[in-house]
Amino acid sequence: MKKYSKETSVGVFVLVCLLCVGYLTIKLGKMEVMGDNTYSVYARFTSITGLRVGADVEVAGVPIGKVASIRLDTEDGRAKVSLAIRKDVTLSDDVIASVKTSGLIGDKYIKLSLGGSPELLGDGDEITETESAVDIEELISKYVFGGV
Amino acid sequence: MADHNGWDIRMENLVLGYDDTVVLDNISASLPAGKISVILGGSGDGKSTLLRHVLGLKRPMAGKIFLGPHSLFELSSGQFRKVRRRMGVLFQDGALLGSLTLGQNVALPLTEHTKLDAATVESIVQHKLALVGLDKYADYYPNQLSGGMRKRAGLARAIVTDPPILLCDEPTSGLDPINSAQMDKLLLDMKQHFPDMTIIVVSHDLQSLYTIADHVLVLHAGKAVYNGGLEPLRQTTDPYLRQFLDRSAGDMQTPDLRLGQEARDALRAWLDK
Amino acid sequence: MRTLAVLSEMGAMFLFLLHGLVNIFTSTKQLRKIVHQMYFIGSKSLLVISLIGIFTGMVLGLQGYYTLVKFGSEGLLGAAVALSLIRELGPVLTAIMVTGRAGSSMAAEIGVMRISDQIDALEVMDINPISYLVSPRFAAAIICFPLLTAVFDVIGIIGGYLTGVALLGINPGIYFYRIESSVNSHDIYEGFLKALLFGVIVATVSCFQGYYTHMRKDGVGPEGVSNATTSAVVMSCVLVLITDYIVTSFLL
Ligand SMILES: Nc1ncnc2c1ncn2[C@@H]1O[C@H](COP(=O)(O)OP(=O)(O)O)[C@@H](O)[C@H]1O
Ligand SMILES: [Mg+2]
Repeated sequence: MKKYSKETSVGVFVLVCLLCVGYLTIKLGKMEVMGDNTYSVYARFTSITGLRVGADVEVAGVPIGKVASIRLDTEDGRAKVSLAIRKDVTLSDDVIASVKTSGLIGDKYIKLSLGGSPELLGDGDEITETESAVDIEELISKYVFGGV
Repeated sequence: MADHNGWDIRMENLVLGYDDTVVLDNISASLPAGKISVILGGSGDGKSTLLRHVLGLKRPMAGKIFLGPHSLFELSSGQFRKVRRRMGVLFQDGALLGSLTLGQNVALPLTEHTKLDAATVESIVQHKLALVGLDKYADYYPNQLSGGMRKRAGLARAIVTDPPILLCDEPTSGLDPINSAQMDKLLLDMKQHFPDMTIIVVSHDLQSLYTIADHVLVLHAGKAVYNGGLEPLRQTTDPYLRQFLDRSAGDMQTPDLRLGQEARDALRAWLDK
Repeated sequence: MRTLAVLSEMGAMFLFLLHGLVNIFTSTKQLRKIVHQMYFIGSKSLLVISLIGIFTGMVLGLQGYYTLVKFGSEGLLGAAVALSLIRELGPVLTAIMVTGRAGSSMAAEIGVMRISDQIDALEVMDINPISYLVSPRFAAAIICFPLLTAVFDVIGIIGGYLTGVALLGINPGIYFYRIESSVNSHDIYEGFLKALLFGVIVATVSCFQGYYTHMRKDGVGPEGVSNATTSAVVMSCVLVLITDYIVTSFLL
């Protein structure tokens, strides 16, 4: 009887813990979960100040993907950003990508504004129309020191 | 090692001690197989120390210990373990594992080293515990028992494998006269039952010495002062041995027992407060 | 001279660790002992870990809120709470709590066994004391530390929710959204790696101190055991914090 209860309590302990481990790794650690349900498109920006890998990609405020990688394209000196977009979301080829900020000093994210073109973007295609990040600090200092 | 006719224990020029204090110096003795040898000595004379070395728990500073044909500290570790498996040991305070019941303690060598089924182990344990009069206490933990009971349980554990060499550190100290006598009888019965068994008993209990000893090794002040049969020891004229055997205080002068006047006044004041 | 002693103690402890690890899987009987130790290190620590976790989370919620609200970014509270819990506070506080609860008693229990000849008795019964006493504790600590840390993290996040959302009125959706979007698999990995290392450290130090109680220079018998216990707790905590710094600086 005594032995039984000790082993049961270890069992319960492990179960409770595994639930927590599961929450942390699957829900928060995610990454793998999105895995194959995405396709990637590219976009070039003159400036993406503050944008980080993993930032959201949103359409009308709805998250539809993540920033997968950020590189500097040495040929034209612009930032080449790869976006992982959920497969169930289709984008026309005249979509506009812009780097936006949530809140005053909040995170940067990428906002897509849908266009009306019948041509759709496929895996590996590039978004041609982009708007770069607005540098708030620069704006503020221009305002303060009278540059505007 | 199967051809086993009992192993004697021989010590050659042993020097034993801790760090840099020598406890026993140049001990040479032989304890015969198939007999009960009693190691006698006052407390602090190094009886337990000698035992720890015979068990191979500590290496001697110099000299050798032979168990039968094997020189204990010159064996490979595999052989050493094989030799040590043949020893059953009762430590001075029993050394039962505090986290196990008496039954589990006694069963330990069997459950750890054999694949015997639980029922067989259980019946062996019950039998051994009954031998030391503790069969009703199988489910008690060591700290629920008296020192004497722990000692008896320790003996049950020591003999659970019917070892060819049995070593007991002060098996009768702390036991009441009846239990002491029963312990002595148990050792004698063991000797009768297992004619090859070499039994070493550390003791300073004279009654037990006269009852069980075939052979006696007396340690005193770092030396082996006697090594031989029981009868010659009875007739000895050596002053220390006589004093020991006659339980006499010798010519010890007790210094003044009374406290000084100042201390007595201070204590009186406290007692009357 | 002193550094040499410290170095040789570290070396001895490392060998002790290896010795304990290789003896984990010596027989199927080990499993029972491991479960027994998991009961002791894990199950019995669950309550206190939850308690510490919830209060740590609640404090983080309060402090974080009043710091972030100055910048108008209280929406980031979830991220602040979760990241500090998962990367730092979870593993470290869990390790320190379990050191106090289980590490100290490992040292004391093994120390008592040493001074009452129980370890010698095991040895003469041809039972390897390391594999009998130490290995199951190592295995259990290696399993339990990450598990307890996970519980601490999750309960801490709930604690942050209690103060941040229930008390101070942050939008619950934002709270969890911020957690999910800011924590990535690297943070989780860092947290678990730390918990694992801390488990190894605490179990090694505690068992080592108990096992070699009889070699101590600062006390024999019961005093030796008490000093061994103290050393186990102090040394575990110090090593945990040093390791935490090293791991953090390597992984950042
Ligand atoms: N661990 C130890 N370290 C140092 N000295 C010890 C230790 N154990 C025993 N001694 C010393 O060895 C001597 C013999 O002790 P012991 O063998 O226990 O005596 P006994 O004959 O009563 O069993 C004593 O003087 C004791 O102080
Ligand atoms: Mg002794």
